[in-house]
Amino acid sequence: MTAPSRLRVDGLTVRFHLSGATVQAVTDARFEVRQGECLALVGESGCGKSVMAHALLGLLPGNAEVTGSAWLESGDGAPIGRSPLLARSADNLVPRSPTALAASGSLPPVDLVAAPEEVLARSVRGRRIGLVPQSPATHLTPVRTARSQLEEALRELGNPASADDLAARAGLRPADLDRYPHELSGGMAQRVANALALAGDPWLILADEPTSGLDRPLVDATMAELRRLADDGRAVLLITHDLRAAEQVADRVAVMYASRVVSVTPAAAFFAGPRHPYAAGLLDALPSRRFAPIPGRPPELTRLPDGCAFLPRCDRASAACERVPELAELPEPPAPQGSGGRVAPVPDRQEVACHHPLEPLEHPLELDRNAAR
Amino acid sequence: MLRADGVTVAYDRHRVLDRVTISVPPGEVTGLAGPSGCGKSSLARVLALLLRPAAGTVSVDGEEVRRWRHRAAPALRTTIALIFQQPRLAVDPRFTLLDVVAEPLRVARRPLDRAERLAEEMGLTPDLLTRRPHEVSDGQLQRACVARALTLRPRYVICDEMTTMLDASTQALLVARLEEYRRESGAGVLAISHDTELLDRWCGPGSTVHRFGPAEPGPGQADATGGTWTRT
Repeated sequence: MTAPSRLRVDGLTVRFHLSGATVQAVTDARFEVRQGECLALVGESGCGKSVMAHALLGLLPGNAEVTGSAWLESGDGAPIGRSPLLARSADNLVPRSPTALAASGSLPPVDLVAAPEEVLARSVRGRRIGLVPQSPATHLTPVRTARSQLEEALRELGNPASADDLAARAGLRPADLDRYPHELSGGMAQRVANALALAGDPWLILADEPTSGLDRPLVDATMAELRRLADDGRAVLLITHDLRAAEQVADRVAVMYASRVVSVTPAAAFFAGPRHPYAAGLLDALPSRRFAPIPGRPPELTRLPDGCAFLPRCDRASAACERVPELAELPEPPAPQGSGGRVAPVPDRQEVACHHPLEPLEHPLELDRNAAR
Repeated sequence: MLRADGVTVAYDRHRVLDRVTISVPPGEVTGLAGPSGCGKSSLARVLALLLRPAAGTVSVDGEEVRRWRHRAAPALRTTIALIFQQPRLAVDPRFTLLDVVAEPLRVARRPLDRAERLAEEMGLTPDLLTRRPHEVSDGQLQRACVARALTLRPRYVICDEMTTMLDASTQALLVARLEEYRRESGAGVLAISHDTELLDRWCGPGSTVHRFGPAEPGPGQADATGGTWTRT
């Protein structure tokens, strides 16, 4: 039994038409994010991760052509195990507003690709999808206090909760809200951004490189916050290039390479022994592992090869790789689940798009990884 | 030897560096670790002659620096290269990537033909070199910035959070390229990062890693003054 899915992306494809070239930014992406789970989407810079995020929010520029579907589910009534908004704030439990309920509870499922901008603006962005931005300090308006920005978001989204309650939920003191963004530390700015993302009580949290440029303690705090949101019953899609951040919080890991999702696997299995050769290479490049770059370079998104895009960099390639491999479930029994006693209601199957996937644990397993810390 | 001696930097009344001393010997990697806001980047700017300290001295190969920024002697300025954290803020958005790599040659009035080869060594294809910053990824842009930094063959390279924005594979690649340059040229490298795991790997045995104090000193805590240890 797994938790219901909140976001189902199927065949999502994004093309940018430039003069004289077409950028294949996202190709035939398929994955889902379930209630209560954090799915990390990782990959090299320029692989299409951020375009995916913008496509889901309907924020792509005019020269983008988007096909496929991305269904944001309605949830069919009360979400399971979901604590109401502000349930954890000290004394006064603020009930969810009728508008918030309508926005998140009883609306029909919406296809983010097909929905008109009007629907996305009125009932999706901020209400059903909350964005945790890259670089929170620049995300905030520099000339207004955190409180004024938070109150505006609450008012616009029809949420009767007070800014103080929401701030407390995000780990801020009321006094912190009276500061301007330049007076906030990086960690506090991040918390203000989180509070803003939660103002509409969304189910799906989209975190787009939330840790870029942060130091380790701030990364840890941000990841702990995302984990808390998932444990609260929200679905979290974390887009990041930071594998160590992903390891801290993810239930499952999706890997993107050259516009395609090439692997979706449980996080524990991924970090113990990834099955896709590219994923293995990416992990091997970490300073804590071999610290060796993947040979070669990723292909240009304007001229992707007909076959597997990783072929020229892969030491397992064969003639079969001239054909693009489908994302398919691996037949082998899955690796044991669970890291640190965290039980996530997610499927444990491993899907990999590769004609020659690595065997389980064939990849050099670094069992002393935790001991070394 | 590139050396800062007793350097103090303050913005308004907020002191970010308090009598910090650090040496970057040629041919070696020196590490500098510390959390956000502890003054790492300020020290990088002081060592790159871009920021005049309120107190203390900087010397390059024994010669004390007396003029800063654009007033510094050109020969001295090209001796030291600085690689920034955010490549997008470090390049002219109107330049092509080839312009970016060739800029130091142009300023120094030297032939531009070296630029293409340097860019190629960084894995930038001729096609990429015709593009402008908004048409490439952070990783591709940072490769151009590293190529630019090495164009005039500096004797000291300061890498200020060079790979924070980048994925693991690009990070490993850029560090490998810097190491190759250091070994081949005998340049001194100052590797600045909040990531101690990276510095542990980058700075080999025998290297010095300096560690700065907390970013936001609480009441009763001193400002960052720095401590040093030598890896064995």
